[in-house]
Parts: sequence; C-alpha cells; structure tokens
Amino acid sequence: MRESKTDRAFIFFNYFFLTVIALLVIYPLVFVVSASLSNPQYVISGEMWLWPKEFTVDAYEKVFKNKDIIIGFMNTVKYTVVGTVLNVIMTILAAYPLSRRDFKGRGLIMAFIVFTIFFSGGLIPTYLLIKDLGMLNTFWVMIIPNAVAVWNIIIMRTFFQSIPHELQESAMIDGCSNFRILWNIVLPLSFPVIAVMVLFYAVGHWNSYFQALIYLQDQEKFPLQLILRQILIQGQMDDMIQTTGESFLAQQLSVEGLKYAVLIVANLPMLMLYPFLQRYFVKGVMIGSLKG
Amino acid sequence: MTNVSENVQSVKKLEADERKKAKRKARAKWWKSIWQNWELYVLISPVIIYFIVFHYFPLYGLQIAFKDFIASKGILGSPWVGFKHFERFFDSYYFWRLIKNTVGIGVFTLAVSFPIPIIIALMLNEVKSLRYKKFVQTVIYAPHFLSTVVVVGMLLLFLKTDGLINQAVRLFGGTPIDFISEPGWFKSLYVFSDVWQTMGWSSIIYIAALAAVDPAQHEAAMIDGASRFQRIIHINIPAIMPTIVILFILNAGSVMAVGFEKVYLMQNQLNMSASDVISTFVYRSGILEAQYSFSAAVGLFNSIINFIMLIMVNQIAKKVNETSLW
Repeated sequence: MRESKTDRAFIFFNYFFLTVIALLVIYPLVFVVSASLSNPQYVISGEMWLWPKEFTVDAYEKVFKNKDIIIGFMNTVKYTVVGTVLNVIMTILAAYPLSRRDFKGRGLIMAFIVFTIFFSGGLIPTYLLIKDLGMLNTFWVMIIPNAVAVWNIIIMRTFFQSIPHELQESAMIDGCSNFRILWNIVLPLSFPVIAVMVLFYAVGHWNSYFQALIYLQDQEKFPLQLILRQILIQGQMDDMIQTTGESFLAQQLSVEGLKYAVLIVANLPMLMLYPFLQRYFVKGVMIGSLKG
Repeated sequence: MTNVSENVQSVKKLEADERKKAKRKARAKWWKSIWQNWELYVLISPVIIYFIVFHYFPLYGLQIAFKDFIASKGILGSPWVGFKHFERFFDSYYFWRLIKNTVGIGVFTLAVSFPIPIIIALMLNEVKSLRYKKFVQTVIYAPHFLSTVVVVGMLLLFLKTDGLINQAVRLFGGTPIDFISEPGWFKSLYVFSDVWQTMGWSSIIYIAALAAVDPAQHEAAMIDGASRFQRIIHINIPAIMPTIVILFILNAGSVMAVGFEKVYLMQNQLNMSASDVISTFVYRSGILEAQYSFSAAVGLFNSIINFIMLIMVNQIAKKVNETSLW
C-alpha cells in the first residue's frame, strides 16, 4: 500500500525526533569519555566539545595510583560478588516452594512477603535494628539487610511456574526428593532467569551508596560509590593533589581531568557487561510484567 | 409427625458425622501433604526468618514514633508520649516547606517522567528499520545502568559556572548561571536528569505491550483509509491503556515517596529551600542528629500519606477506567 503524504511527513518527523532523543542521551556520555582522554586545559576552556583534544591517559594513571579509589573498587567488587551470591540463593529458596501448587500455605507466605512492599518500618527503626544487632560498620551490613528483593522473588516464581509440571511430577513418582527435583531438574532449566537475577542484583550492588552512607564509618570499608561521592560531589581531593607535586594551576587542571576519568573507571564493569545487561534485563522486565 | 422429625434429625446427624469424617480426612490429607513436602518448608525458612527480622521487626519498632525512645530502656521500656512527635513536626516552621518540596518534586516528576516513555514507545513502534530501532534502544537504555552518584556527578560537572552548559550560554552571549546553588533550578534539574536517565528503560514495558497489538486491526484500519497518526490514536493507545493505567497508579501512589538518594546528592546549603524533602529531613534528624523517635514519626507520617495516595488513585482508576491493582 502506498504511503500518503501525511504519512510520509509523519515518518520523517518520527525518525527526526527519535534521532534527536538518541543524540541527547548519548552526547553527555561521549563528552565524559572524550574529556577523560583530553588535556584538561581544553576541557575547561570549552575547546574540547566532542572528540578528545591532545589525547592523553594522564588522568587514568592518576586514578589507578590513587589508594582510596583502588580500595573502594576492591570493596565494591567484594560486596557485589558476595551479595549477589547470597541474593540469588535466597531468591531461589523463596521462589521454588512458592511456585509449587502442592505447597500448602503458599498464599499465606506470599502475602506475608508482598506485605512488606506496602508497609515498612522505614529508615529509623531499621537503623536501630541494625545497630542493636551489632552490624554497624561491618562487612555484613552491606550484604544481609538486602538479602532478597520481593520483586525478584515474583519474577523467579513466575519463571519456575512456566516449567512444565509433568517433568516434576514424573520425578516425584520415581521417588525423587524435593531437593533433588530442584537441583537436578528445575535449576538446570532456569539458566536464563538466574542470569537475569545475577545481573539485576549485581548492578544494584555496584551502584548503591545509600546503605554504605548510613551504616559504614571507616573509609577502608567504603565502596567505590562513596569514594566517588567524595571526589565528584564533595570535592574532597586533597590527598590526591598532594601526591602530584605540581603547581596550583596544574593541580586544578589534573583534578578536573581526574573527575572525568574516575566516572569512566567507576562504570567500566557495567560498560563491558552492557551488551549482556541489555539483553537479559529486557528479558527480566518482560517476565516480570507478565504477572505484574 | 414425631417420626418425620426423628428421621430428619437422624439424617442431619448422619450428615454431620459424614462432614466431620470428611473434615478429619481432609485434615489428615493436609498434614500428609505438608509432611510430604517438608523439604520445601526447610528451603523457604531462611527467607521467612529474613523477612521477620529485617522487615517485620522494624514495623514493630515503629512504635517508637509514639514514645520517647531511650536507648538504654529499649523499645518496650521507653515511655509512651502519644502524638507529641507528630504535633512537633506539624507545628514546626519547616513542615510546609518539606511538604511543598516533596509534593512539588513528586508531581513535577510524574507530569514529565511518566508520559515521555509512552511517547517514545509509540514512536519506536512506528520505526520499520529494525537496525535503527535496535540502535536507538541500545542508546537510550544505557543511562539506566549508571549509578545515582555518577549521574549527579556528571550533572555537577556540566552545570558548573565554567562547565559545558555555561560555556554554551556564554557562546550565545548570555551570562553564566549558577545552576547548582540556585534554588529555582533545583526541581527542573532533578526532573530532567531523571528523564534523561529513565525514559528509555521505562519505555520497555510499553514496547512489549505494543508488540501484542493484533496487526489485523491495523490492516483493517488501513483499508478504511486511516492515517498512521489516526491508527496510533485509535488502535495503539487503547491497546496499551491498561498498562498505562497500572503504571500510573503505581507512580501516582509514590508521588510523596520522593527518593532520598538523588535529592541528597544534589542538595547543598544554598539550594536547601527548594531541595529539602521529607526523606532527607528524616535522614538528617534521625541518623545525623539521633532524634530517633521524632524522625520515626516523620517517616511514619510519610508512609501513611503514600499508602492513602495509592488507595485513592486506585479507587479513582477503578471508577474511571475499570482497571486497577486490586
């Protein structure tokens, strides 16, 4: 069928606006990358606006020499790995029984869990609890209070329910225990949803700063995001400037470059994972929306 | 006559016996199936313990909002004071400022951040070239994976008096604006950076809903001479309306639940008059100043308002649109 004139105009504007939106999203990201690779002088003067000018990796060298950033990075890796493992195990432990139709009391338990979405004690009672448990300023405070997310339990349960019943029933008739059914039949079929869960939780851990802000006091335990906050938002970079031994103006300049480089370093793992993230995340949103 | 009534009674008794038996049987079966699946209860028990400790115990701890919490006396031992903390909050001079800022940011976000993903999904749905569509999606989903600290850090770098934006302002002959410390700019910066970060990701759910539209409807409309725009208005939008309503309820219900994370990072001494919201206030007075009972009361007030909002919007949606959460 031929497109009418108004339709062709519509299509043109449609492409035009979508391209503008994509450019608006991508430009700040490109700018940060280019600024991190440029001589900071040109960034401050505004001469660098798209591609790197006077290419240099100076800023990255300074980032990787900085003790605080390295410690923060390692801490975040630890919190992310341990936290994600616990999260995924807990999500499976909750989702599998709840997916079974012959699991008595599942409606009640589900309500018990979903209730916490709508009613929570809030910041202060939770803080007092953590304090009473002696978890303040420990490694585990970054892991245990967020051991599992309700929404992810729902996603995983929905996936488990989509596995054909007959598979599990025939195993049961063969005298398979529930543990073995979960381990040998259900989990091997659940790789896609486990991947989604790993990514959901890992991105959450990597990016969170709130938990650390409230519960941690020692700088050596800080995750990368809190260090980033000190550098980017509070402008605390005295120790970094001292180590450089340059003139005041040069210091100001290298601080500027360092800010852009540290933005990139903080997002490096996410950038490398992005192709997977995108595919699996979209899948996760779809599974979730079926029941949501 | 007596015979009949006796008969009736014996029949009733028989029935009752039968029912009792059936009940006993059912109960035995119930226990049996629990016994059979004992492993499932073992599996889920750590999760239940987690929820009791980290979600239900804080709910119990909320009673300190009505008490004068003294750490050495514990939650139970602290004396009751009724609504004292609530009254203090309502009477304080910052009460209306907090409400104004919280509602203002919430409503502004809802008004801008909510419709844009719908428009983007409708536009992407009209794109025929799959490669172009994929490209746009890959780009606009990306900011979703940046952390709040990174987004605010970028915002500050771009908006400094000698940052990218002000250089452009100067280029066009304007005078640089101190966006970051100017209270008047706070809400716009908050909302539009939020749009930048979330519009792509939020559009996914609508794109999925649009994929389910029956192409036969479009073919029929095309034969009747409907333009693309008309088909969007009359076919696509009605098709995704239930999704829109559900998400609107959820979003409108959280209008007063303005998140702590981003506001706190964007906050500074100079823009406080526009940027202080309930959640940052609770953090300051509770965690930093250790006024536990008072800030627990403020937090409780906020969650009650949130819950009322959710129920209200849900009721309205039910009446108007016959779609609702429950």
